[in-house]
Amino acid sequence: MATATVTVERQDYLNANYGIKSWLLTTDHKRIALLYLMSITFFFFIGGFFALLIRLELLTPAGDLVQADTYNKLFTMHGQVMIFFFLIPSIPAVLGNFLIPLMIGAKDLAFPRINLLSWYLFILGGSLMIYTILAGGVDTGWTFYTPLSTAFLNTHVVTAAMAIFIAGFSSILTGLNFIVTTHRMRAPGMTWSRLPLFVWSNYATSIIQVLGTPVLAITLALVGLERVFHIGIFNPQLGGDPLLFQHLFWFYSHPAVYIMILPGMGVVSELVACFTRKRVFGYAFVALASIAIAVLGFLVWAHHMFTAGISIYAAMIFSFFSYMVAVPSAIKVFNWTATLYKGSISFATPMLYAFGFIGLFTMGGMTGLFLAALGVDIHVTDTYFVIAHFHYIMVGGMVMAYLGGMHFWWPKISGRMYPEYWGKLAALIIFVGFHLTFFPQFVLGYLGMPRRYYAYSPEFQVLNVLSTAGASILAVGYLLPMVYFLWSLRYGKPAGDNPWGAAGLEWTTPSPPPKHNFEETPVVTWEAYNYDELPREIPVGR
Amino acid sequence: MADSELIAVQELQHHFSDLEQQREASSMGMWVFLITEIMFFGGMFLAYLVYRFEYYQAWVDGSQHMNFWFGTVNTVVLIGSSLSMALAVRAAQLGLKKPLVVLLIITMALGLVFMVVKGVEYHEHWEGHEFPGRNFHYEGRDPLHVEMFFVLYFTMTGFHALHVILGLGAVGVIAYMAARGRFTAEYHNPVENVGLYWHFVDLVWIYLYPLLYLISHHHT
Amino acid sequence: MFQLPLWPVRASTYANNLDALFIFLLLVTGLVTVMIFILLLVFAIRYRQSRVRAATPIEGSVTLEVTWSVVPFGIFLMIFVWGAVLYFQARTPPQNSMEIYVVAKQWMWKLQHTEGQREINELHVPVDRDIKLIMTSQDVIHSFFVPAFRKKQDVLPGRYTVQWFHATRPGEYHLFCAEYCGTQHSGMIGRVVVMTPADYESWLGGGGAEGSLSSSGEKIFQQLGCGTCHRSDTQGRGPNLEHLFGNPVSLEDGRTVVADENYVRESILNPGAKITAGFKNIMPTFQGVISEEQLLALIAYIKALPSQKSVPGNNPPATKSSTQLR
Repeated sequence: MATATVTVERQDYLNANYGIKSWLLTTDHKRIALLYLMSITFFFFIGGFFALLIRLELLTPAGDLVQADTYNKLFTMHGQVMIFFFLIPSIPAVLGNFLIPLMIGAKDLAFPRINLLSWYLFILGGSLMIYTILAGGVDTGWTFYTPLSTAFLNTHVVTAAMAIFIAGFSSILTGLNFIVTTHRMRAPGMTWSRLPLFVWSNYATSIIQVLGTPVLAITLALVGLERVFHIGIFNPQLGGDPLLFQHLFWFYSHPAVYIMILPGMGVVSELVACFTRKRVFGYAFVALASIAIAVLGFLVWAHHMFTAGISIYAAMIFSFFSYMVAVPSAIKVFNWTATLYKGSISFATPMLYAFGFIGLFTMGGMTGLFLAALGVDIHVTDTYFVIAHFHYIMVGGMVMAYLGGMHFWWPKISGRMYPEYWGKLAALIIFVGFHLTFFPQFVLGYLGMPRRYYAYSPEFQVLNVLSTAGASILAVGYLLPMVYFLWSLRYGKPAGDNPWGAAGLEWTTPSPPPKHNFEETPVVTWEAYNYDELPREIPVGR
Repeated sequence: MADSELIAVQELQHHFSDLEQQREASSMGMWVFLITEIMFFGGMFLAYLVYRFEYYQAWVDGSQHMNFWFGTVNTVVLIGSSLSMALAVRAAQLGLKKPLVVLLIITMALGLVFMVVKGVEYHEHWEGHEFPGRNFHYEGRDPLHVEMFFVLYFTMTGFHALHVILGLGAVGVIAYMAARGRFTAEYHNPVENVGLYWHFVDLVWIYLYPLLYLISHHHT
Repeated sequence: MFQLPLWPVRASTYANNLDALFIFLLLVTGLVTVMIFILLLVFAIRYRQSRVRAATPIEGSVTLEVTWSVVPFGIFLMIFVWGAVLYFQARTPPQNSMEIYVVAKQWMWKLQHTEGQREINELHVPVDRDIKLIMTSQDVIHSFFVPAFRKKQDVLPGRYTVQWFHATRPGEYHLFCAEYCGTQHSGMIGRVVVMTPADYESWLGGGGAEGSLSSSGEKIFQQLGCGTCHRSDTQGRGPNLEHLFGNPVSLEDGRTVVADENYVRESILNPGAKITAGFKNIMPTFQGVISEEQLLALIAYIKALPSQKSVPGNNPPATKSSTQLR
């Protein structure tokens, strides 16, 4: 019914200022989060496009869609773009940036200008990556192994290395910002033991970013120097050691996988708590497990090198530590499952993604146990078994957590609800598509199909066809949220302050929040996940 | 409110509740940043140690070609600049503007001396065909690994020099701000933070100096 | 042609051992995964909102946390030990293994039997023998992978790496390069042909016109003038090589190293890196003058020299000896 009311538009962070300058020179963590959102989504589709081409080529055993060199560029840049320009920033730079100050009761991060700088560094690195792609690409594999990358290839190795080097600094600065923010910007009463687990996870992630990424930086710098000055730090023909490269590279790149998964685990904790209406079981253990993963994650890097020519005894040490780091991850899965016990569970889209995460992360993690077993790794390393393992965790785990988080906090970020039916449908499509894409790859790996092969032995074809079929389904699943999130900006139902009835300071602000987050600094006197004090059911009746 | 306190209050950024929080946050930020720098240099130190262990003789030979006096002068110069930097921070804490500016300028001057000596030293190495790559030429045994010694010498001191240059820039900016009266006894955080960075750059050199100039030098 | 293989053929002793561990892992992880899935499903149904209006707040349980940390870790340790034992066996070639040399290059495998046969992208071996591959690369890192044997080892430039296997059934099996090495990485494939002993003997009889690898090595030794300094007596300006291979060597900087394939290769290409005690650094380098295959031939020759340790060290004593190098 039409009524003649005059609605005064409430001031929030989106309409506080207008104009491109107010966005490009913003220091508001919420706007910076959106700048990141647009950037990483762009890179996700580029990386995804490369993946689609890869899977199309692999429909047939012969190399008949693209040339060998092109294929090598496709898998290299798929990996580089997805890891450095999508996964590593994703949750921290979008959800972490947006939510951490809100969750701890602060007006912004500790260093808002450094936050903006970090986005510009990401854009600079990303532009250099786009240039690399357009100028002809790079085909070193995302792992840049020497001496192939330094002395045997004529592609744009240095620009790719520089692009990642610069993006690395974006990551370091984000981590630095989060660490100082978590230590120094918590509202009165917000003790460490009252922090949401999402903050704990991002804090642990930040420790890894700060300690590990500089090592990648120096490694890439040395690779660049080697190419430009024709010296041989890592090239045996010039007196160097290729294994030294691998040690330096993996010293970062293994902890990097924990940079990629820990924030996702943080999201899952929030989702499970909200949609079971209770505190996560074993809060302290889950929080400390994040820290344990961060610490232990630095001790396992050479499990990527069991067949590389390292000593037997070194290999045993790294295998042992690899099993140790599996324990805190297992603890988290058990705690989330235990949270469901005697909960009051509902199944909105975010919770579907949380279930998906727990299931797929468990499967991916279990296969990690195979890889950590020295004797097994000899056979399955460098095959599709490894590819399946890490895609289960990164795509089945992390991307699901990211989408779950996006759906959960979308109302807070945009003030609108996404369409629930389409949300659930997309989640289901993604789940089905994911399994079909990646489960056959475990079989392919044990059968012996090596990775980075663009032509393969004919008996592997059926499994590859299944995998490609799955990939096309997965693609549809990923396109849907793109479409309906955009749709919801205009036509989505206006969300209230707290459509989920969730605990957490971010839900005490309006949706979208005002520019300075809190009119008055909150004083916290309650524990995290105080669902027993909040309305019992989710108000919007899902 | 005293003038200096007024100036300080103007420096309070909107998202901090008080100057104390701002100061602690910015200090912590600088410490965390320095930790990343340790990790960055750490990779090179690891490479140095690995190759020294593996190709000890080549390392000894390479060390004979280092200029002990350039290294020692630079060490004294850099430690001196750390002293002037520390005194500058002290001056800031006491709210003494003129000594602060002067000491910052002395720091920069000493840093510049360091860079000049380094430049002369690099040039000498270049003339002696000790720069790795196409220019390199060595008549003695195991030239491949002697070249590796120089690769590490140039990358370690090169990245260090880059950090000195960045430090010079930072100190310069702080000196300018100090001259404009931006710092008081209540607010001089940036001076302390730049001081931390400068001390770190000095500390890296204090590790480089023995590794590159002292051990195995004059070893027979 | 519809093929859907789900399990690779087992053709080596290691494959049998490994599949046992793999199946154990499948069972354990499968069990745990199913258990978790069932719990998730049961809880999701049993505690759904329409059935349970109010959640029961439960803080946690230290007992449970400890249990589900310690028990999994115990299982992990078991898997670790099993895997480590297998790995140790996999990386320790038995004594008296038959040696075959492998040189990898972009994008082919070159194999060299000690009897003299050379092969490209194909490796003929007898069944039921311990076979040790000594491998190096001419350019980038490759990896010698035979899925049917469940064995893989990276092949590095600048040094030798080793792997071994014991084939258990005759047949032809895939050989793949498993470390990305550039454009034709997926084309660097071939086959391992396992033959009965009789077939292998007749195959051996048909090739190797040049004679055994060590005799090729001897020819190179003479062509390059190595014997000028490396005499079989103690008068040489270089160490006597007869008692070298497999034994410790005292170096002039005080270290002691064992003379293995890597040591010999380095001594030929970069002699100044390790100087034998009592000798001067006068050996010229052969970098760029000698190929990887020639290096392997020389190594085979040096290995074939008498290796009993009858003279302590390699100090040049005063007396002459009349022994000639074979």
